[in-house]
Amino acid sequence: MTEYETIIGLEVHVELKTKSKIFCPSSTEFGGDPNTHVCPVCLGLPGVLPVLNKKVLEYAIRAALALNCEIAEYSKFDRKNYYYPDLPKNYQISQYDLPLARNGYLNIEVNGQTKRIGITRIHMEEDAGKLIHQGTIATSPYSLVDYNRTGVPLIEIVSEPDMRSPEEARAYLEKLKTIIQYTGVSDCKMEEGSLRCDANVSVRPKGSREFGTKTEIKNMNSFKALQRALAYEVERQIAVLEEGGRIIQETRTWDESKGVTLPMRSKEEAHDYRYFPEPDLVPLIIDRRWVEEIRATLPELPDERRNRYIKRYDLPAYDATVLTATKEIADYFEECVALYPNAKAVSNWMMGDLSRLLNAHNMDITQCKVSPRQLTDMLKLMDRGTISGKIAKTVFEEMFATGKDPEQIVQEKGLVQITDEGTIAAVVDEVLASNAKVVEDYLKGKDRAFGFLVGQVMKATRGKANPELVNRLLREKIHSQS
Amino acid sequence: MITIKDVEHVALLARLELSEEEKQMYTKQLDAILEYAQVLNELNTDDVPPTAHVLHLKNVWREDEVGEHLPPDEVLANAPETEGQFFKVPRIV
Amino acid sequence: MELYYLTAHELHDLLLKKEVSAEEICRAVFDRIDAVEEKVKAYVTLTRERAFTRAQEIDRKIAAGEEIPPLAGIPVAIKDNICTRGIRTTCSSKMLYNFVPPYNATVVEKLEAAGTVMVGKTNMDEFAMGSSTENSGFFATANPWDLERVPGGSSGGSAAAVAAGEAITAIGSDTGGSIRQPAAFCGVIGLKPTYGAVSRYGLVAFASSLDQIGPFTRDVTDCALMLNAISGHDPLDSTSAPGDVPDFTSCLKDDVKGLKIGVPREYMGEGIDPAVKEVVGQALKLLASLGAEIEETTLPHSRYALPAYYLIATAEASSNLARYDGVRYGYRAEDARDVVDMFMKTRSRGFGPEVKRRIMLGTYALSAGYYDAYYLKALKVRTLIKQDFDRAFEKFDVLLAPTTPTPAFKRGEKMDDPLQMYMSDICTLAVNLAGIPGISIPAGFVDGLPVGMQLIGKPFDEGTLLRVAYTFEQHADYNRRRPSL
Repeated sequence: MTEYETIIGLEVHVELKTKSKIFCPSSTEFGGDPNTHVCPVCLGLPGVLPVLNKKVLEYAIRAALALNCEIAEYSKFDRKNYYYPDLPKNYQISQYDLPLARNGYLNIEVNGQTKRIGITRIHMEEDAGKLIHQGTIATSPYSLVDYNRTGVPLIEIVSEPDMRSPEEARAYLEKLKTIIQYTGVSDCKMEEGSLRCDANVSVRPKGSREFGTKTEIKNMNSFKALQRALAYEVERQIAVLEEGGRIIQETRTWDESKGVTLPMRSKEEAHDYRYFPEPDLVPLIIDRRWVEEIRATLPELPDERRNRYIKRYDLPAYDATVLTATKEIADYFEECVALYPNAKAVSNWMMGDLSRLLNAHNMDITQCKVSPRQLTDMLKLMDRGTISGKIAKTVFEEMFATGKDPEQIVQEKGLVQITDEGTIAAVVDEVLASNAKVVEDYLKGKDRAFGFLVGQVMKATRGKANPELVNRLLREKIHSQS
Repeated sequence: MITIKDVEHVALLARLELSEEEKQMYTKQLDAILEYAQVLNELNTDDVPPTAHVLHLKNVWREDEVGEHLPPDEVLANAPETEGQFFKVPRIV
Repeated sequence: MELYYLTAHELHDLLLKKEVSAEEICRAVFDRIDAVEEKVKAYVTLTRERAFTRAQEIDRKIAAGEEIPPLAGIPVAIKDNICTRGIRTTCSSKMLYNFVPPYNATVVEKLEAAGTVMVGKTNMDEFAMGSSTENSGFFATANPWDLERVPGGSSGGSAAAVAAGEAITAIGSDTGGSIRQPAAFCGVIGLKPTYGAVSRYGLVAFASSLDQIGPFTRDVTDCALMLNAISGHDPLDSTSAPGDVPDFTSCLKDDVKGLKIGVPREYMGEGIDPAVKEVVGQALKLLASLGAEIEETTLPHSRYALPAYYLIATAEASSNLARYDGVRYGYRAEDARDVVDMFMKTRSRGFGPEVKRRIMLGTYALSAGYYDAYYLKALKVRTLIKQDFDRAFEKFDVLLAPTTPTPAFKRGEKMDDPLQMYMSDICTLAVNLAGIPGISIPAGFVDGLPVGMQLIGKPFDEGTLLRVAYTFEQHADYNRRRPSL
């Protein structure tokens, strides 16, 4: 049985979050009633002309710099001609032979190894509209068109075919998303369509120098879908080759429910896009000083930030990766450690309870009611012994729900830890007195009985008794009894 | 020089449906025009840059500001077929 | 002379002297339309009510003692490929038979701001593709000088309207000669400005790198006034030239002393009717007698202009016309099986044969495997053609040539052979390729038919064109003749 090597390249489209569209002043706001964010230009009415939104160029340069690309000195727009109902002019204004940026890369970590994935090019283009079908596109007797999305600015990021597994492809996409989010030019949400991905996949016998025939895979709407689709396609291609067949160069769509890729209905003809320079737009000469100004405003990017956390805060790589997953999370973390030096403690709480609650409520950290100051104040309360670790969990949940300060919550709910030995001793005596059988069990060797007794003391003190004291006093008294 | 097959291919690319008669006519006419256009090959243009724009304008752009939208009724006013606030088209194969 | 045959500046004087009202001017023009339009058929849409409302507004302003701009109250015709809000804009095509734009072209906004009164939308060759207005999807327009002949194209309706007194001035568009050629055929003045001088926003695109909007007038003064009104940078048009607009009326001087006029020999060659050459020759004599220095010159790549033009223009047009698919506006074929079928049927029925021919030619020129040989090659030849003009302008202030090889031809004469029809533009095409300004002025008559001569200028030097034209006009009266309709 031949061993095969997988070759994967990804084409990613990212929606830039400028306020207005790329070639007209219509709003890019997501949602909105159909055909309410349109004007004569993005509708492609007779006689209209495009005018470039400068911010789109700025954001595109920003993203390209974050991806280590070379920014072209001379760039221009071209028309890509094809017919489709969601494309008002039946051509898309895009860039063909002189794209904005080239020769970039990003690093991914897979199985503890760092690997560089090349980025061939990045170019600007306009988005098309949305089609709505009754049922599926194949069975619907008609379709409805909403042009709100036409003209929303996109950058297309084309990778080198450097990925060798579906895992690597996924890691690439996740890293790409994180880097671009850091630059602030896009939300990169696959579920909202601001991040879209198509893949080119082929296989070849290991050791072979030639590339196999590739297929294009579309309609992968999540990171998981990407990985599953690629895994399926690789297997499918290998199966075809093993049976002596040939791979047909085609576009296939991922069917999420069936878990397979299927050939897309073949288009009428192979696409001849008849690219030519857009006559309604003039060329761009990109000033080097402007590029450097933009570069200077880039934040510390994910890899650098992660490495800095490992060194500076002595955090494990895993923690550092989670804490730098988005710029907002990393900013939050650093605000915390500015107020409170125990980075690991902060990390634990952020990766633990904070993360859990955010996920449960489908929120991201920017919507969190707990401020860094409040979180660190809570940690300080723990250090001072005012509350125990267990009580802190309750306090935190309350902070998350209400946004109140920890001190206030502790006061209002009377959660101050009981640290007075005498008080605890009294409770311990009572518990021991009412649970003589359990004490006997424990002394006979049933260790779990101890936990029960601890629990009873905690119950009686409504969780506020200092756990170390409870443990110590219980042990002392039990052993002193016997 | 240009054949009926070429004309059929081009008509498809341009989304034009031609009758057999039209295909014949256009093949003849386009052939004559393209034949005439061959005269351009008399010129050596190896070192000549193409002129895509006559004015040497560069870097024309606008600020990122939201402007007025067309009211929805005006958007759909010229539409041959609509449903609610959507444009309606026949099935897409 | 009747009111409808006066010039805008003459009418302005009468308005200021209160010898006539804007409403009377409007009525004179519409009465004229009622009398002759059946024969001329210059208009696709008339905006009678709107015009009178406007004229009355202007009269109110005058009565209130307000200062009115030079073109206030002047009836202007607008070619039907220029978008007018709320008024049908068809490009004389079935494809847009019912299209009502929700916006105004910038030029229309400017003309309204200048106080003009829109008479209506004029007939044209469909989507501006043609040289006789016979390619209109609706009907043909007649030449007011001889109803059996064509008015020229593609702005035939606008030229005929001005010639026939159905408007005082008009605007059209020029991609390869579509203002200058009909101006010559109809005995009026037609100017194609430098590319970028007038905004293209709202002009339904034919060939984006060649199209320009320009005026039809009865004399050079009116031309300067119209140019003042419509020129200027437009932020909605990325190809619009920056900078301030000069006052073109300051160029209206009767003086060509020492002016160097070049006559390209390629434009006076065998393809030109001897009678036309004679008219141009006489005009040159006149200018020489007024002190101009005339010399023959050469534009060696002239013969390549036509093929280069027809590859570039059709390539851009094939893309610009892709949007006509029946989805959002215009005609839609009702009997389609699916959306692709709808595109096919809509476009096949909505477009006329010339439009389809050019779309196919342009698509071919851009298609895979042919781009370099056709489109790219044509763009390179365009550079050579431009360089010819640059070199000529190092020595000369203006160039002079016939506007057309012949006077107006008979209807139907050139409809069987597209190439023959394309040849009517050989004197005008190169000017669009180079993006420089050109004006056609009435220079004489042959067998009762007007003959135009063309002045070609340096980029943004419309001023010199106007000066030479104005001077000629002071010493000849061809522009003051009117057809006997």
